[in-house]
Amino acid sequence: MMDNKMICPELFENVIEDGRATGFVFLGRLPYYRGLGLSMIEDLAVTVDGEAMPREAIRFTVRDKTYTLDEMETVYDNRWNFGEKARITVLKDGGLAAGPHAIDFAVRMRVSYLPFVPTTKGSRELQMAA
Amino acid sequence: MTSQIKRGVSLYSYQNETFQGKMTLEDAVRTSAELGACGIEIIGEQTFWGWPEVGVAQADIDHWHALMAKYGTTPVSHDFMLDYKRYKGREMPFGEQVASVKKDVDFGAALGMKYIRALVSIAPEVLVAAAPYAEEKGIKILIEVHAPLHFDHPWIIRHAEAFEKSGSDALGFLPDMGMFLFGFPPVWKEKFMRIGVPANIADYIVKAYEDRVLSEYVILNVRDMGGVGPAIAMAETLRHNAAFEPKRMLDYMPRIHNVHGKFYEMTEDYIEPSIPYDEIVRVLQQGGYQGYICSEYEGNRWIEDAQEPDSVEQVRRQQVMLAKLLGETEVPSLKTPVAA
Repeated sequence: MMDNKMICPELFENVIEDGRATGFVFLGRLPYYRGLGLSMIEDLAVTVDGEAMPREAIRFTVRDKTYTLDEMETVYDNRWNFGEKARITVLKDGGLAAGPHAIDFAVRMRVSYLPFVPTTKGSRELQMAA
Repeated sequence: MTSQIKRGVSLYSYQNETFQGKMTLEDAVRTSAELGACGIEIIGEQTFWGWPEVGVAQADIDHWHALMAKYGTTPVSHDFMLDYKRYKGREMPFGEQVASVKKDVDFGAALGMKYIRALVSIAPEVLVAAAPYAEEKGIKILIEVHAPLHFDHPWIIRHAEAFEKSGSDALGFLPDMGMFLFGFPPVWKEKFMRIGVPANIADYIVKAYEDRVLSEYVILNVRDMGGVGPAIAMAETLRHNAAFEPKRMLDYMPRIHNVHGKFYEMTEDYIEPSIPYDEIVRVLQQGGYQGYICSEYEGNRWIEDAQEPDSVEQVRRQQVMLAKLLGETEVPSLKTPVAA
């Protein structure tokens, strides 16, 4: 469901701190017909050009609040809303080179009424500006 | 003769457009109202960002009431979720579940709803414990009877018995018409073929479904035909869907207060190929049903890989079908196009 709408095309850039690229960021949406409290987001997985990024390198930001994936597991007072574009930051020294990159973005969520824990993956090629 | 049954829309139907910001809440309400589907059902946390963990601003609730007044629509149901798996590794305690339902009772009441929808996996004891509070607030809690469950399933019978024992009329049922799946939906077959199910296996599964063959036999036969991956997944849909009979609702009519008009596809000639709406309407009329049938379009997820869903057109077609089945003389039509 909505896997082809998970990765938004309008933002893809390196994160620059003190003149150095420390990672990259894109906008991701929850592939679901509703939102979800953050404690029920079990995992976000990002792959770039076939290389899996470590879970510890991922940061999730909604409405100016940023969390690690481990922190999200006990966040009971914030949500990833329906259709809301979260900033997905991946810490990666040097960032990504200019040009096209194949991004895979997978969300594993704990849904109370489902007898399984679904993972939904979206894929998209994004252009890193020079 | 015009029926006592009323037409509505669950805004779930427009999820493809609202998710992407192509339709606003006002677009969704106006579109439904123009089609004469004046009952509005929502999934609270889809329509209102923040619900339940963060809360909803009074301004957003005021906006909702302003829209209802502007378009002459009636709030019908707030569908709540109750995430009892909120805590990793342990289920939400009973008392907290009841408190959570009461919070949704309050939210439903604030939106002017008559009903709140409970998902079918919620335990009857939780709903029974919340019932006196719902009564106070003028809200009925309706458990959604949804495939693979049905009115003869022991889990639903347990709910029915608990509701009777409670003596409360604030507890009831909201049947989802997807449990009366008379034919294998063409949009399902086409999706499975796009992801690699061979035509001979897809044709076999559709035929076996029509022949009402037990799902486990179909799955075994598909394996014997060399089916793997998507072919097995297609066969396994028969575990979760079946052609239960609409007349099974008749025993429960006094507690049925809202109906989900689930559909997967409406053709250009206003037919849902897999769900028998003529029989459904006949049974509901026989049972004296006077509530809403709310459109619930769920074909979006079956076609979005191949084409952009047109939820508004799908809802329009279903409303045309429902109006005809209900004996209305005017054909519902849209006046204001929604930007695609």
